[in-house]
Amino acid sequence: MKVTFPHMGYLWISLKAMLEYLGVEVQEPPPTTKKTLILGSKHAPEFACLPLKLNLGNFMEAAEMGADTILMAGGCGPCRFGYYAQVEYAILQDLGYKYQLVVVEPPEKHISEFLARIRYITGGRPWWQVINAIRFGYIKARVVDDLEKMAQWRRPREIIPGSTDQAFSAALQLIIEARHPRDVPKAQSQGTQIMNQVQVDERKPVVKIGIVGEIYTLLEPFTNLDVERHLGRMGAEVNRSICLSEWINDHLFMGLIKGTRSSKEARRAAPPYLNHFVGGHGQESIGSTVLYAKQGFDGVIQLLPFTCMPEIVAQSILPGVSADLDIPVLTLVVDEQSGEAGTITRLEAFIDLLNRKYQQKEVLA
Amino acid sequence: MKAYLGIDVGSVSTNLVLIDEQAHIIESYYLRTNGQPILTLQKGMRKMAAKLPMKITVNGAGTTGSGRYLAGIITGADIIKNEITTHAVAASSIVPGTKTVLEIGGQDSKIIILRNGVVSDFAMNTVCAAGTGSFMDQQASRLNMPIEDFGPTALKAKTPVRIAGRCAVFAESDMIHKQQLGYNLPDILAGLCEALVRNYLNNVGKGKEILAPAVFQGGVAANVGMKKAFEKALGLEINIPEHYNVMGALGAAILAREETIKTGISNFKGFSVANAKYHAGGFECTGCPNMCEVVEIYKSKKVIARWGDRCGKWSNSIAQSEKIS
Ligand code: SF4
Repeated sequence: MKVTFPHMGYLWISLKAMLEYLGVEVQEPPPTTKKTLILGSKHAPEFACLPLKLNLGNFMEAAEMGADTILMAGGCGPCRFGYYAQVEYAILQDLGYKYQLVVVEPPEKHISEFLARIRYITGGRPWWQVINAIRFGYIKARVVDDLEKMAQWRRPREIIPGSTDQAFSAALQLIIEARHPRDVPKAQSQGTQIMNQVQVDERKPVVKIGIVGEIYTLLEPFTNLDVERHLGRMGAEVNRSICLSEWINDHLFMGLIKGTRSSKEARRAAPPYLNHFVGGHGQESIGSTVLYAKQGFDGVIQLLPFTCMPEIVAQSILPGVSADLDIPVLTLVVDEQSGEAGTITRLEAFIDLLNRKYQQKEVLA
Repeated sequence: MKAYLGIDVGSVSTNLVLIDEQAHIIESYYLRTNGQPILTLQKGMRKMAAKLPMKITVNGAGTTGSGRYLAGIITGADIIKNEITTHAVAASSIVPGTKTVLEIGGQDSKIIILRNGVVSDFAMNTVCAAGTGSFMDQQASRLNMPIEDFGPTALKAKTPVRIAGRCAVFAESDMIHKQQLGYNLPDILAGLCEALVRNYLNNVGKGKEILAPAVFQGGVAANVGMKKAFEKALGLEINIPEHYNVMGALGAAILAREETIKTGISNFKGFSVANAKYHAGGFECTGCPNMCEVVEIYKSKKVIARWGDRCGKWSNSIAQSEKIS
């Protein structure tokens, strides 16, 4: 058995760590690239959203490298994501791939449901080992998130263009290589050191932008045309409304780990604009925008894959939020058709706009 | 006399504009890019140079459009600005106090909201790549009429037909259907204009406060049927500038003028760049699985610019003397 899973940002680092710790052989797909997209969109339904196409491409590429079992999340509610696992599996079968499918549904009530599913995949390992493995994966996610936050702060302030990204990938490599939970703290402190060596201009004025939207599009840089890096290079500090470790805590651990930001706060901030769950992260997109406005951010960017229903609902509500709370919001719809030049134009124009507002604010203050 | 050059290199058209100190247009060119931005740019430069009166000196240059970095590097532009900014600047220089810019070109549509002379909000079409401009061209040729007749014919309509204009594919099949039902051409064309305007306002203008004075520009502004449809839908008077299809280049020229007045110097390399040998090459980097398509611009045999790499390995390897703003 060689297990693979779809890419979603740096999720693979955690999953790989967890599964390998349990002695499962893992073949992560090669990083998502244009080739992945071409493969996936060739065989996916035209009107499916981008994540499905890329998942499919990931699986096809992983199969080439010998993967034979898919580990995929399921779901429930109005978003189509819930049956992606089945749809993707059916398409792969039609294409003649010999895959096994294991769907992990998010637990509905208690973390024990999730534990039981992981244990099922690993063939009855002792409980303590399963729990340790999950902790291992989670710790890696947290460390990666922390390093990413450092990168988000440094990128707009770096003195040598590109130095943050170089440092970040070096730091990331250390985390990837940590084989055992006890090696993580050392990797983290070394990684942090590498990040701290990036020279920055601390007094440089930067605009602050919050990013909201559909989780896959937020986390996977290939999908969002690397919007965080572009913004960073244009002099904007970015905050992402959902980070991997927070998502894991919210959805898989049922909020077991206290003291971290939770999507509950975002949902609580959404009314009166959006009072109920609309699937996906639609409600969080609205709520996070409200929170960003209250925290004094200069602007918000909403990211959504073309045809994503929950985000379309949010998109139509955002102009009202933006007007009420006086925070500019830019919606970027991504699709296999999206071009980089058009995206950069939109981002540049948005930053121009925010800079002008920012300067006005400074004058008034 | 001092003059300033503005260049807009887009995927459909490449425009050049030369303005004087008062931002009046001395000369302007509109060329089809035809997938060859460098050659088209050079052709435009050559034309401009040939027309240039002796007593004019070009004191600054600016670029805009999706090919703005490319054009900026080749010409030594003093400013490189995105289309939103340049279109807004151009519109408010022609209609002072402009509050809304409606822009529909071959590929992209946008709306820009200005308040107190600065951009306070904007939007561009989000996904559909089938541009309104190219769609109208297509329909005109399907109906066997020159595109210039499209607007005047639409104006003759008595009762425009309602066309489902959700997207180009629906609009076309609905038009054919209405033709078969026997509606007359002016009513159908006027109906199509109204459908396109509706579509634009729903998808691009969504949630934005559209106030007068409003300026309508971009290639599609040539169509008087569209102007009328906008006026009907918005209940506002719509201004169409004389040089409606080179507004991006005009804005770039105006910004170049401001910039060089501020700095006192220009990096403009002169019209000789029209005859230099440039070419764009590229390769797929195999340094990591990103497999970036790196674009390279050569002058003679020397690489003068690179971009397209995600990691910066290639673009950073060339000392960039010009700061791209
Ligand atoms: S340019 Fe950099 S990111 Fe792109 S493929 Fe090469 S090494 Fe990878």
